[in-house]
Amino acid sequence: MTAGQRDEQVPFDEWDVPRQGWWLSGECRDSYSRTLLLEIATRTLFPTMLVFSLYLLLVGHYSPGGGFSGGLVAGLAFVLRYMAGGAVGLGAVVTLRSPVLLGSGLMIAVLTGLAPLLVGAPALSSAYLSVELPLVGTVSSQTSLLLDVGVYLLIVGAVLDLLRSLGGGIERDMQDAGERP
Amino acid sequence: MTPDVALIVPLPVLLPLLGATVTVVGSRSPALQRVVGIVTLTSVAVLAGVLLVVADRRGPVVAQLGGWAPPVGIALVADRLSALLLLVSTLVTLAVLVYAIDQRIADYGRGTASTTFHPMYLMLSAGVSLAYLTGDLFTLFVAFELMLTASYVLITRRTSASKIRAGMTYVTVSLLSSLLFLTAIALVYAATGTVNLADLAGRIALLPAGLETVLGLMLLVVFGIKAAMVPLHLWLPDSYPNAPGPVAALFAGLLTKVGFYAMLRTQTLLFHRDEPWNLLLVLAVATMLVGALGALAQNDLNRLLSFLLVSHIGFMLFGLAVFNAAGVSGAALYAAHHITVLATLFLISGLITRRTGTVALDQMGGLLRTAPALAVLYAIAALTLAGVPPTAGFVAKLALLQSGVAVGPWPTIVAGVVVVASLLTLYALARVWVRVFWGEAVAPLLDDDPDDEVVVGTANTPAAMYAATGGLVAVSLAIAVFAGPLSAVTGRAGVDLLEREPYLVAVLGAQS
Repeated sequence: MTAGQRDEQVPFDEWDVPRQGWWLSGECRDSYSRTLLLEIATRTLFPTMLVFSLYLLLVGHYSPGGGFSGGLVAGLAFVLRYMAGGAVGLGAVVTLRSPVLLGSGLMIAVLTGLAPLLVGAPALSSAYLSVELPLVGTVSSQTSLLLDVGVYLLIVGAVLDLLRSLGGGIERDMQDAGERP
Repeated sequence: MTPDVALIVPLPVLLPLLGATVTVVGSRSPALQRVVGIVTLTSVAVLAGVLLVVADRRGPVVAQLGGWAPPVGIALVADRLSALLLLVSTLVTLAVLVYAIDQRIADYGRGTASTTFHPMYLMLSAGVSLAYLTGDLFTLFVAFELMLTASYVLITRRTSASKIRAGMTYVTVSLLSSLLFLTAIALVYAATGTVNLADLAGRIALLPAGLETVLGLMLLVVFGIKAAMVPLHLWLPDSYPNAPGPVAALFAGLLTKVGFYAMLRTQTLLFHRDEPWNLLLVLAVATMLVGALGALAQNDLNRLLSFLLVSHIGFMLFGLAVFNAAGVSGAALYAAHHITVLATLFLISGLITRRTGTVALDQMGGLLRTAPALAVLYAIAALTLAGVPPTAGFVAKLALLQSGVAVGPWPTIVAGVVVVASLLTLYALARVWVRVFWGEAVAPLLDDDPDDEVVVGTANTPAAMYAATGGLVAVSLAIAVFAGPLSAVTGRAGVDLLEREPYLVAVLGAQS
């Protein structure tokens, strides 16, 4: 298949739009390269890692963690997913365009930085918030948590973008060149 | 109560970043991308104008990010120099964006969107603003990285393999200089325990003389690479000509001048000296002559302009090397003029190439008859760069020459070299005029690389591309018309830079 034909199938501007449905790693195309052990382990580890990444995000203000490390752990979960299931396996769990994720993350972070200007405080200031929730008790945090959420999304988006363009893109090129089935 | 003007200092950085995110998320809508880009840059230009007026009337405007006072927190400082360069740079960025948008509409229609161009363009603009405004050495590094990372994408985006190979030179050299910069920051921090520029000003003077020299030279090399100072300029003529027209114009206008601005800021603030700096005088002479002589040997229009760009960096280095208020203010005025005129010339080169289908000077001719408007734009821009009275180039060059002849024999001799380099510039540009605009009209060549994004050899050039270029020419002319007030501002900026007191008091408070 030449580059021209492929471009017709996948227009340049839409190369990163997911086309696969949700959760179909069993239909992995390159079945010859599947490893059962890794795939099963990934199914267990994947949700655990995502929860752990959220934990890192939330405790980040006072303890080790934060948006960057949380985002990296979540990104690693997706890397594992990609290792186990290839581009198809990854496409099955991510149905968002990664630039959108990346862009909204940065947008949340920038807006958090800009928001203090509305109340006349210097940009990037943060405030202490404390909320009384039924059953849970007092929940308190800094507004800079929002900045961390933005960074978290940004990092996850960046990792997914890398996996799509470098991982999935190279796989597709190899298939086109006939080096892989 | 009137709102505190310091609140708006971070906006020239945050607004383009916000615009970049909107254009990423809305990458399916080309109209949204175009509107957001233009609105963002217009508002940044207005803010920069306000900052310039306020900084000129009341002294440096300082914003403490997050309310943390320096030297612990990060300060953004808009003084006369940074606000002026920010204003000029934003106007250039805006004009180049209009040019790029219209080029895209003419070649690909209104319906095509790009996921990368607009976000990266605004990112680069945010990095440039941050580099001008930051009062912190490490944030300066971050600003450079923001700017350079965006520029890596812009220079290698949707182009041919050979041009990507040329772009790799640029990426490699920039990464090397970034590593060196990071090393220098680490050494500065190890020696003084701070990275805040105002705080450093006092502490570096307490270091042993040898250590101070090493740190100063390291920063000179770092910013010398970015500003394309000879002999660290080799990457520039190989990489800029390969970028698409508007991108080359943006790089030529802004990136090297941001490097020079950083050099000017750090050397005057941190490594104060009372007499001319002979090492930099020698480097300035080399930069002026190598650039101008290199330009004479070129047949490729863009390479010729790149060498002239290098040559004129030497003029600014000369202003800094003289190290008196007149020299530094001359360099600041020259930087403002240089940003505008180089971007204009690269845009004009883009228009010429678009019409002739080639960058080779010996394969074009007769454009005076086929494209008279282009000839007028080129003539004004070329005379401005060469510094023929009464253009902006003359005003800026005169300021530099006057600063040089006043201080001693060596600077006077170098001032002579400035005149020689100006004449060589005029000769190189006149050669382009003769080859491109005079002679028999030559039929346009076909696009030799139809796959890349740049369409050449077409007569279909929208009027808006001319208008954007004409707008930049008008900015150049405005610099000449308002030379009086402008050189008064840069004059005060030069005095501020060498006195250092207003900057230090504004950032650190009265205790310093």
